[in-house]
Amino acid sequence: MGLTITEKILARHAGRDRVEPGEILWVDVDVLMTHDVCGPGTIGVFKRQFGERARVWDKDRVVITPDHYIFTADPHARRNLDVLRAFALEQGIPHFYDAGPNRYKGVCHVALAEEGFTRPGEVLFGTDSHTCTAGAFGGFATGIGNTDAALILGIGKLWVKVPETMRFVFEGPLPPYLMAKDLILQVIGDIGVDGASYRAMEFAGEGVYALPIEERMTLCNMVIEAGGKNGVIAPDKATLDYISRRTEKPFEVVTGDADSRYHSERAYQLSDLEPVVARPHSPDNRALARECRDVRLDRAYIGSCTGGKVEDFRAAARILNGRTVTVGTYVVPATTAVARALDQERIDGKTLRQILEAAGAQIAEGASCAACLGGPADTFGRLNGAEVCISTTNRNFPGRMGSRQSAVYLASPLTVAASAVAGRITDPREFLA
Amino acid sequence: MKPIIRGKAYVLGDHIDTDQIIPARHLVYSLGDPEERMRYGQYALSGVPEAQAGLPDGHHPFVKEGHTSPYTVIVAGKNFGCGSSREHAPAALQIAGVEAVVAESYARIFYRNTIDGGFLVPLESTEPLCRTVRTGDPVEIDTTAGMLRVGDKTFRLKPLGAVEAILRAGDVFAYARQSGLLR
Repeated sequence: MGLTITEKILARHAGRDRVEPGEILWVDVDVLMTHDVCGPGTIGVFKRQFGERARVWDKDRVVITPDHYIFTADPHARRNLDVLRAFALEQGIPHFYDAGPNRYKGVCHVALAEEGFTRPGEVLFGTDSHTCTAGAFGGFATGIGNTDAALILGIGKLWVKVPETMRFVFEGPLPPYLMAKDLILQVIGDIGVDGASYRAMEFAGEGVYALPIEERMTLCNMVIEAGGKNGVIAPDKATLDYISRRTEKPFEVVTGDADSRYHSERAYQLSDLEPVVARPHSPDNRALARECRDVRLDRAYIGSCTGGKVEDFRAAARILNGRTVTVGTYVVPATTAVARALDQERIDGKTLRQILEAAGAQIAEGASCAACLGGPADTFGRLNGAEVCISTTNRNFPGRMGSRQSAVYLASPLTVAASAVAGRITDPREFLA
Repeated sequence: MKPIIRGKAYVLGDHIDTDQIIPARHLVYSLGDPEERMRYGQYALSGVPEAQAGLPDGHHPFVKEGHTSPYTVIVAGKNFGCGSSREHAPAALQIAGVEAVVAESYARIFYRNTIDGGFLVPLESTEPLCRTVRTGDPVEIDTTAGMLRVGDKTFRLKPLGAVEAILRAGDVFAYARQSGLLR
């Protein structure tokens, strides 16, 4: 019996020829990422366990990307950035993307890809549950807590239980009204928010390989919303083109064996799928967008690691070009590179920024996680009352975007843009000629 | 891991996510600072909608005043701790005084964090105890025998499995030392 991609990567990183699901292994870590919310706690545990003068196991494998609470006056949040600065300086960490005009990147999961840290075949851990995004490049990537991250800082290893793999195959060409967000909300709606607990979710099929790289990231990004340990897509030429432009480090592509054993397999015909939303207050509370026309909105939000990438704004701009939003629409580019792309990418001769601004959207000055997770009270786009919001983000738990009184619908950037124009939840096919 | 854990139960439903356990706006406080970390106890479970806070009646604040809760055992449904990887979630429960959670199932990052950080004991029930136990009930957990007692009833808990070695060691660092990976 052969091995899945996930099993093979974990086996190689444990110095083994083969592994079985359920086995516990100590694996070598290629990259550890942390940010401003969990970095200070991680550093605290590291120093307590390994000593005030301890050195990290490999400073070139540590990536520190402040991104959560950057544009806030909150004094504790400012202090946390100082903790990261002091540690990066003390340890001589080269991959520290400090908040400020020079090095700042923005949302860690998108920044990791842009900077070439998401290499195929590697093991990447991060102190953020959406670290699973990086599996879109054919590596093993998952989120961990401060304690596990501190252990990695010290020894470069972590124990993992080898997960079983669930396989999801999307067949047929990708219709222009569907995005990766629709695909993953479809899956989460089918299997539930704990439907993939402890398991790997592997995506395959013509529909997946028709997706641009950033869209594949969206697919893997939300596996955690089904409880998945990691999401993974075997690399193709597009993956290798993307990553080779961004890293000089050698890497080895890992693919699954033809006779690998899966926990289960589900196949979808893309022509059968329609734009969907996840209703409050759970990502698996799926409904067809066209069946939610009576939901009136107070706000629309386009941003985050899930829905704030260039492809997301390109999609939103397709709808918003020449139209006007009727509800407050907040736009937050995930990274500084995405923010620059808003001024470079054009539709009908107009930049994405011009299209979004002409439509009446408010664009955040800085790239960050912003209101995806609520954040301090002065966070851009935060829901501070009983607003009904449609959002390209990843979670709609009670109070996730701020107030416990708010209600959040999750949808693709196409659906969010169409809904922002109509002021109620709208299937984007109403606007796509 | 204590052989016997006794306390008053605080009962919650399914899919209690980490934003409910500790809302994100509070994640700015230092976990290392002895004073500041107490805020996590103060705000533990403050994101749970009031109607679901302490079942079956709801409207029972988990922490009434200060930073500790009168409830030291959480009884919950499926997928407890889903969502973010924030270790502030098990830390907040521990700081508030929680010693054990008994849920039907866990989201894996939360589960792992509780064990590797040695914050509390995450046990799995074999039936939906969140529909049997009421908030405020005195409960007794026998971690060795894998049993939960409430009143005159006894319920079986699932074996801890491979992670028991980490819980017995104390945390992942002690476990790594035992495994010869750390001196």
